[in-house]
Amino acid sequence: MDPRFKVSNREALMGIGLAVLNFLWWYAFAYGLGGKPVKEYQYIWGLPAWFFYSCVAGFVVFSILVYVMVKVFFKDVPFEEDTCQETKGEEK
Amino acid sequence: MNWEVLLPLIGFLILMFLAGIFTARQVTEGPGFLKDYFLGGRHLGGFVLALTMVATYGSASSFIGGPGIAYNLGLGWVLLSMAQLVTGYFTLAVLGKKFAIVARKIDAVTLIDFLKARYENKWVVIFAAASISIFLFSSTAAQWVGGGRLIESFTGVSYPTALIIFSFSVLVYVVAGGFRAVVITDTLMGIVMFIGTLIILAGTIVAGGGVPHIISTLSAENPNLITPFGADKSLTPLYVSSFWLLVGVGVVGLPQITVRAMSYRNSKAMHQAMIIGTFVVGFIMLGMHLTGVFARVVIPGIEVGDKVMPLLALKVLPGWLAGIVLAAPLAAVMSTVNSILLIVSSSIVKDVYINYIKPDASEKSVKRLSFSVTTIIGVLVFLVALHPPDLLIWLNLFSFGGLEAAFIWPVVLGLYWKKGNAAGAAGSIVGGVVSYILLDQLAPNLWGMHTVVLPVVISLAAYIVLSLLFQKNTENELSRQNIM
Repeated sequence: MDPRFKVSNREALMGIGLAVLNFLWWYAFAYGLGGKPVKEYQYIWGLPAWFFYSCVAGFVVFSILVYVMVKVFFKDVPFEEDTCQETKGEEK
Repeated sequence: MNWEVLLPLIGFLILMFLAGIFTARQVTEGPGFLKDYFLGGRHLGGFVLALTMVATYGSASSFIGGPGIAYNLGLGWVLLSMAQLVTGYFTLAVLGKKFAIVARKIDAVTLIDFLKARYENKWVVIFAAASISIFLFSSTAAQWVGGGRLIESFTGVSYPTALIIFSFSVLVYVVAGGFRAVVITDTLMGIVMFIGTLIILAGTIVAGGGVPHIISTLSAENPNLITPFGADKSLTPLYVSSFWLLVGVGVVGLPQITVRAMSYRNSKAMHQAMIIGTFVVGFIMLGMHLTGVFARVVIPGIEVGDKVMPLLALKVLPGWLAGIVLAAPLAAVMSTVNSILLIVSSSIVKDVYINYIKPDASEKSVKRLSFSVTTIIGVLVFLVALHPPDLLIWLNLFSFGGLEAAFIWPVVLGLYWKKGNAAGAAGSIVGGVVSYILLDQLAPNLWGMHTVVLPVVISLAAYIVLSLLFQKNTENELSRQNIM
């Protein structure tokens, strides 16, 4: 098998893993904190805590996690061996 | 007519027009017309790749329909919309480098090129081309109506006139410039969408007297507005979660998105696009839907959800700034239809005509055919949009689900599961599409989940069972040549 596919397979699994984590984070905060009666809600920056953690913090945290995943774990691999020249030709 | 609002809008249209003309010149002069016209010659850098994916994905419903629903249902709908954060990284990570490498090896320009090489079966190609044409046509029509309505509401001209303005501005740069022009304009539109979101969110928070004041006003009106369950308690956790499939991970099956996963320059571009794309899509979805909820305090009592954002922009922003913000949904619509138009014409010209009708067509006749097919489809959509069915979001979401049910497994398992074969793929496409249409008509949202969930499961079962049943000739061309 093309050795580049090993890299690709591992990265695809990491993408799925991150999506699962993302879902759990989103679900747990939203329905864990948000399922309580409204009177017991706490507020952060004026937003209900469930919404702040699930949506606002979730957005920030997973943007950072994507950055970390890509920078630390994703490998650069060359895509073209034989079509390089053709691509250069088209650039002009 | 409000000229202060209109001028930035007209300026925006002219800018798109110029970008289209400029890139068109490059395309017609360069060699390799097909790859260039339909794929931009695999040149996309990270920033452009990210923005073109966001712009293609984000449509009228992200800027007009979605915030309108959030206005009525409250924070629960913002929670639902955040399922879309994964689209920023999931598609690129899962299709990943393997898709890009394989696409290069087999010289694939469209999703169907890939399916054809992978499954070597006429029926898979025909079913795939048919689903793409049907679903994307209805989705384009829905978007087209949205575009016409937007221009109608900003300018006050009649709907048919608005539709002509819209069609003309889209067609000029799509027909002339192909994928490359679409990508350039998409990038500009993505930037407009991002800035528009920032401005209107800030303007609404200020006009509403700050976030704490807005939230307490909402809570006083109806406490359910600030729960995850929606104003009328209609948003169950299961229902909301099922949108992770429809507008989240399922996007991996949309042809207009997958084609972008074969168009980037190198792995650096892909890495960069994941980072930028996640941030931009998250920001736009959170910002626009939250703005929709906050709008309830600033401009209460609006009955028609689609009118919330235009009225809000005019209320909280100075005229010229409202013009820029209102260019955002127009940008979203245009950047969605232009990509779809290109996909439909590519599946007709490349996947059907060149594959099966005239394989030895000359470059010149292919070029002429591509231009005219793109134009004809554009005109057809215009005619449908002139007397539209009054179901914008439904049509749009319908095509989403249908395409996802058809393509997720043939693409993903075709890439990663060696035993998958033509029988599985054909069964998966047909099973997914047919069950989606039947369920949508007979038992929508069965068992409290969005209708898309079951067809995707059925399509997975069909793929696996049929692939395993017909295992005789799995040794296909790709594995023989050691490509996969």
